[in-house]
Amino acid sequence: MSGYRVEKGGSRIDRTDPVAFTIDGKQMFGVNGDTLASALMANGVSIVGRSFKYHRPRGLFAAGFEEPNALFTHMRDGVREPNLRATEIEIYDGMIVESQNRWPTLDHDLMAINQLGGKALAAGFYYKTFMGPVIGPLKGTRFWMFCEHFIRRAAGLGKAGTTPDASRYERVNAFCDVLVVGGRQEGVSQALAAAKDGSRVILCEQSAHALSTAQKDQLLVEGVQLLDRTCVWGWYDGNVLAAVERVTDHMRRPPKGMARQRHWVIRAGHVRLCTGALERPIIFPGNDRPGIMLASAALTYAENHGCLPGQKIAIFANNDSAYSAAQKLAKADANIVAIIDVRPKISEAAEQCAQAAGAKRITGRAVIGTRGKKRVREIHVAAWDLETGTAKGASDVIKCDTLLVSGGWSPVIHLASQKGEKPVWDNVLQAFCVPQKLNGMSAHGAAAGAFDFGDSLSPNPAPVLHIAYPGKAFVDLQHDVTADDVALAHREGFISVEHLKRYTTLGMATDQGKTSNIPALSIMADALGKPIPEVGTTRFRAPYTAVAIGTLAAERFGDLQPKRLTPMHERHIDAGARMYEAGLWMRPESYNQPGENVEQAYVREAKTVRTKVGMVDVSTLGKIDVQGPDAAIFLNRVYTNGFAKLQVGKARYGLMLREDGFAMDDGTTWRLAENRFLMTTTTANAAIVMQQMEKMLAVHWPDLRVHLTSVTDQWAGVAIAGPKSRDVLAKSVTGTAVDDMTLPFMGIVEGEIDGIPVMICRLSFSGELAFEVYCGAHHGEAMWDALMQAGQPLGMVPYGLEALGTLRIEKGHVTAAEIDGRTTASDLHLDWMLSKKKPFIGSAMIDREGLTDENRWTLVGVKSLNGAKLKAGSHLVASEAKEEPGWSLGHLTAMCFSPELNTYVALALLENGDTQKGRRLFATDPVRTGTHLPVEIIDHHMVDPEGTRMHG
Amino acid sequence: MRIACPFCGERDVAEFTYHGDADHSAKRPEPAQENSQAWNQWVYDRKNPAGEHRELWQHTGGCRGFMIVTRNTITHEIIKVERVGP
Repeated sequence: MSGYRVEKGGSRIDRTDPVAFTIDGKQMFGVNGDTLASALMANGVSIVGRSFKYHRPRGLFAAGFEEPNALFTHMRDGVREPNLRATEIEIYDGMIVESQNRWPTLDHDLMAINQLGGKALAAGFYYKTFMGPVIGPLKGTRFWMFCEHFIRRAAGLGKAGTTPDASRYERVNAFCDVLVVGGRQEGVSQALAAAKDGSRVILCEQSAHALSTAQKDQLLVEGVQLLDRTCVWGWYDGNVLAAVERVTDHMRRPPKGMARQRHWVIRAGHVRLCTGALERPIIFPGNDRPGIMLASAALTYAENHGCLPGQKIAIFANNDSAYSAAQKLAKADANIVAIIDVRPKISEAAEQCAQAAGAKRITGRAVIGTRGKKRVREIHVAAWDLETGTAKGASDVIKCDTLLVSGGWSPVIHLASQKGEKPVWDNVLQAFCVPQKLNGMSAHGAAAGAFDFGDSLSPNPAPVLHIAYPGKAFVDLQHDVTADDVALAHREGFISVEHLKRYTTLGMATDQGKTSNIPALSIMADALGKPIPEVGTTRFRAPYTAVAIGTLAAERFGDLQPKRLTPMHERHIDAGARMYEAGLWMRPESYNQPGENVEQAYVREAKTVRTKVGMVDVSTLGKIDVQGPDAAIFLNRVYTNGFAKLQVGKARYGLMLREDGFAMDDGTTWRLAENRFLMTTTTANAAIVMQQMEKMLAVHWPDLRVHLTSVTDQWAGVAIAGPKSRDVLAKSVTGTAVDDMTLPFMGIVEGEIDGIPVMICRLSFSGELAFEVYCGAHHGEAMWDALMQAGQPLGMVPYGLEALGTLRIEKGHVTAAEIDGRTTASDLHLDWMLSKKKPFIGSAMIDREGLTDENRWTLVGVKSLNGAKLKAGSHLVASEAKEEPGWSLGHLTAMCFSPELNTYVALALLENGDTQKGRRLFATDPVRTGTHLPVEIIDHHMVDPEGTRMHG
Repeated sequence: MRIACPFCGERDVAEFTYHGDADHSAKRPEPAQENSQAWNQWVYDRKNPAGEHRELWQHTGGCRGFMIVTRNTITHEIIKVERVGP
């Protein structure tokens, strides 16, 4: 009374090779070549899922990617991958899967009580039920938020895991003249024909084992690149197609280092769609019971896997293809008891098939209901009037354990639809087909509507897709949308097909309505009293099938992710640095000594800089070589402050704005020669600054003779900071003096360190006497070593990003955390840098009302009052009450433990901050840490506000 | 999407950076017109045409050259690519 494996048949399985797998903790056996779906059928499992809303038992419905019911969670190495179709999971020895949306088990699901609430759970249930009252504690959306927790538990799909996905994913770029999508007979012939014409051809076939060895050999000989287990899921502009290749999902032990899935980006001159067609159901009351499936699916299980869905099979059809399926199933030992057809007369050819199958023909009748608790047990059949579309007279009962349905076929035209080609309704085929002319694409075989069921069987179905009769008839099996829901939505005014879809959620589940689309349109058309083409169809969107996020992220995560390493990277590793990812850069965070945590390490490093000397790798700073006769004029327009008169051999701190007047970036720029500057930018903005300047030269100032070259990777740089920094240079640098006269503040000298040519500029980010030393990137390690050797007797230590941040926070120097795209120069107390004598980028926009408002958030310092650690991103509020914090007055941009102030401090942007010094506020962080800490607003120059240290 | 860079040939859109409406971009007001209506309009007001649109693109992942791409915003068809500058 359930599915079983027959004695013979099954072109894709090897019966001599058993495979053990575990489902919900129970061991089962399949054979090599089985999908999870066919293995479950062979094991006699009827219930493979519970429905989304009502928790009704559901069985296998299809055999391919269109399967709506059999969703499982696959587990490997503790990583859960939910919502996979059993029809595309290839079983392997030791595989572990879990069923979904049931409690406690698939066979006994207590949530099935939801079925009693049937009417209440109809279309628009959420919108109608959870519009909270206008007043009271559950007003507005609060009622929804209250209920959501419980609803999410009861309705839904698989659970995502929390274990990080350690699998590797790859991206592959491919190019071809012809891409053939779909590798059945049609696809293979198309690929071979194209290859024989001399085209570079790629053939993608979504399932495994679809091609015979002979076909594969033929393709190989003709030079066709075959990608199997590869589903083309998206079309993008310029005939760029996206495909996912499932490389190791079917393997028991994936080879180490091999990608689990590959994301193919295929640029195709021409696309040939050989995607075939999908059979669709007829909708009738009780059509969702386990044991009811597509006729073509049963045939696939029989032919490919040697499995039959049941012992007494009835078929319900509106077209001839079901008769061919019946005959083939009978050949595979199936017992076909009856074929019910809505058409009063069937063709000679169909009659012969039915006879060969030994099936009773019941014409002019329709299935109007089914019975059976956990599986269909009997079906009810009544006379059907094709003219009026109604059932009449009394119904007969037919006993069966399986009902196969066939409502005709729909070409798979998703990729053409994604491309924007409007599907054309074919009234004879009762299907949407691709238009005649397709630019850069063509459809072939069943995908073009050329169905061939052999034996002079007609491909044309009767126009019956819905048996309107009382009872729950499911249109969208995965989202539990019934025919009544569609009609109700129409009564409530959702008459556009796009609105209907969203209101009922029809076709919005993970199967994207592959089987439900056309029947739903037919019901909608009936309700509107219009033909289907006037109702129209929704446009298909990518992806055709669910694609794992990891596949799309590909090399952007994990060990394939490119990293930018500074020339001194190995030295940081050797010194025990904790490395920190800043964009693609790897930068030392702190150099922890044994037993030190990060905070202890950065406090020690910062203290050493303030009392002795420290060295930090600054190679990540953006560096742009600006050359040309007009370089000085150019920089004078780019920066807010003057650069035209900067002397050769001097550097200047500069600020640049965006065209809209907001701050964009800051950095120092060195004049190396009359016509040559070395500009530095912040690490994060290097690319943006370069682009903005290139655009100015190309589009707005083409008359300026300036050339820009990014030299970020060509220079290695360190900053040496602290009272003893000059002593370190004096010991190591030859060829130049480094005293105050030769190398004044913002002065530049050239010299050598251990034979390496270097440029030294005296400038300071830390507020201490400090120098930046640059050399060619290849000398970076040698320079680092030489300076370290010279500095060690003076107590020099390397310091990392955390200490660098601490030193700059204490000085009130800004970085990208404060130049966040919303702050102006005066917000950051940099208005002294805005030249009044010349225009510059953004100068026309800085005096706007909104940018000069006295209540703007401006830069302030913040000190913790109770010694508690502050959290960057916390908001500043006036209220002491944690539960009712009131309005945000600002937020913390960066925090550290300040060795100088001996407490936690932060920089913040605060409303009207300049007048708030001494005010007591609270730093609140309700979501992440739940802290609400008393703080005092202080000046952003926390240490040495006069700057005597760096000038001294 | 693929763009035929006038300097490098046809390349994937991932190599390019979009810099906005080319015709609009070319109308940058004189810097002397400080705080005028003209500046405000130039910085903030954009047309959103349905149909042909001349766009400024930069081949940032290649030659870093600039080009004007005439593109149909409905069909996404690229009609013409012209180089900017000498």
